Amino acid sequence: MKPRLNAYALTFRLPILIWQALFFLGPLLFMIAMSFFLVRNYRMEEAFVMKNWERMLSRGFVWDSYWYTLGMAALASLTASLLAFPAAFALAFRTSESVRRWAIFLLVIPFFTSYLVRTFSWYVILAESGVINAGLGAVGLGPFTMLNTAFGTLVGYMTLTLPLVVILQTVTLAGIDPSLIQAARNLGCPPWRTIPSVVLPAAKTGMVVAALFAFILSFGDFVAPYYLGGSKPPTLPILIIDTTKAGQQWPRAAVVAVIMMVTLFVIAFAAIAFAYRRRASR
Amino acid sequence: MTKHATSLTKRTLLKTAGAAALSAPFVNRAWASTVELTMLGWYGTAEPDMVGAFEEANNVKFVPKYYAGGDNMLAALAQNPPGTFDIIHTDAEYAKLLIANDLVMQLDPSDYPMDDLLHPDFRKFPGHWDADGTMYSLISRFGHLGVSYNTEAMTAEEAGTYEAFWMPKLEGKVGHFDWHLPSLGQMSLLEGNESPFDIDGDAWEAVQARTLSLKPQVGGYFDFGGTFAGLKNGEMLAMCGIGDWVTGILERDGAPVSSVIPKEGGIQWTESYSIVGTSEKKDMALKYLAYTMSPEGQVKTAQMLGYPGHCVTEAGRAMLQKVDMAEAKRSGQIDGHPNEPIALIEAGRIHYRDIPVQQDLEDWNDFWSEYKNA
Repeated sequence: MKPRLNAYALTFRLPILIWQALFFLGPLLFMIAMSFFLVRNYRMEEAFVMKNWERMLSRGFVWDSYWYTLGMAALASLTASLLAFPAAFALAFRTSESVRRWAIFLLVIPFFTSYLVRTFSWYVILAESGVINAGLGAVGLGPFTMLNTAFGTLVGYMTLTLPLVVILQTVTLAGIDPSLIQAARNLGCPPWRTIPSVVLPAAKTGMVVAALFAFILSFGDFVAPYYLGGSKPPTLPILIIDTTKAGQQWPRAAVVAVIMMVTLFVIAFAAIAFAYRRRASR
Repeated sequence: MTKHATSLTKRTLLKTAGAAALSAPFVNRAWASTVELTMLGWYGTAEPDMVGAFEEANNVKFVPKYYAGGDNMLAALAQNPPGTFDIIHTDAEYAKLLIANDLVMQLDPSDYPMDDLLHPDFRKFPGHWDADGTMYSLISRFGHLGVSYNTEAMTAEEAGTYEAFWMPKLEGKVGHFDWHLPSLGQMSLLEGNESPFDIDGDAWEAVQARTLSLKPQVGGYFDFGGTFAGLKNGEMLAMCGIGDWVTGILERDGAPVSSVIPKEGGIQWTESYSIVGTSEKKDMALKYLAYTMSPEGQVKTAQMLGYPGHCVTEAGRAMLQKVDMAEAKRSGQIDGHPNEPIALIEAGRIHYRDIPVQQDLEDWNDFWSEYKNA
């Protein structure tokens, strides 16, 4: 039987569809169209030329930025997942319901303050005259250069993503039936084996989604690589800014933005497919 | 039961309503007479320290829209409907683009003290006038870019050449202001180009090679905030592409930083005001432009909290020396000072910043991205 159009359901679904069409699909299509426009005398003109694509795809520095951004976002995703897991595990299995609730509330608090302010606060901690080097200096170590390095960028990415990844992992792990872990233990599984054999397979979907969020946020972040990484080398978001500075080349910046969008779509679809693959085959 | 003293009676309600009705036209008139001037400018140009006195005297309210870098200014113009902005504060190399695109209105030089300008070049500054000799942009202040450095890490003598950026002790400690024009202009000067922005293909190749050789020394590429933080916390010991407009603010706060014009010469940034052709408040905008050229207005431009600059008029400089000798001395705006800006121009050590003449701007920018990735 053909599903009939339900006016009641449509009333609730339409706003979301309209919102997506207006604020996601529309701008996305415009951005794609803009990548074929021309700039003359610092003014953008509607056109359909391949010039911007040819120029940007043939530049070595674009690909250097691309691979660096991809690598750093992957590293951020992996690092956030690894750093978050012990905390999420403890919150999910070793604390009471009220402690977990408080912990999640505290993890949300960083989002109340500006990310830019949080990033700048790292200057005091990571600078050569900062808190960490002062501590290391007291035991005869350092100073180490941490600002304006890939490490600085990674610290910024963690500032952005770690609280979110901990929350997502905690919620996922808390949803695992504890009797599964107990059953594994009763069947002779040592405690350390329960994580790879029971916990991770059961939490795979949530873990992958958390890692994917870390990747997406890091891949598109401008603040950390610019202010803590010293734009050295620049990531794709920085390249977009640099390109717009070159005589109003918004169409060329749109090329970089489209490349980023396509990359994110491919990675997001692959990650979601991986996350749900085994579950669907059961 | 007694009535509460503040309770609303029919009589007080009528009195209040009557008073409100009678005073409404006056309130309305007072609001209506406040003119809002929207200024598109570099950070700080429409802050109270700059425009407060003018606002008070003329019942004007400035609405700032700030940008960093001329291309962002052009972007703001392109992205907003005509009539959004009344005054544009920009650099000479971008003022000429405003004129070329017919975006700003003609100005009458006789409205301003052009004879009082400190240097003859300022009277008909390149970029402020069109080819027919019509003025569109009014010079307001200027500053010089050279070698900016940490005074605890190196001496003024060491900083007296762009070669200083290659000093072993500065490895990983040289920062760039993240804009290709000033840094590449300085590299062009180091290569011995008389006109640093008007260079042929061979000279451009040499500038690129020289710039790439600096890469191992570079600690990062920074915007306004990052440049401040880098110099202040000692992460960067020398900066390429800036000058007193950044170190001056830190110096005022007691930070051990300074800027010098090296022996190869420095680059001048020159700011001006233009009035947008579509502005509906041209009269008030013209009044503000005249104010910026008054001695009082000139002192404010020199003392601007956002970033310091030099006065362009004799009267402005004289008043600065009278009211703030410390700032006049610090910035070299007194006769006989080794960094006296007009003497530096007359000695041929200063070159006016421009956009590339023989290459496309995007070629310079592409190289800048390549350099950052190197």
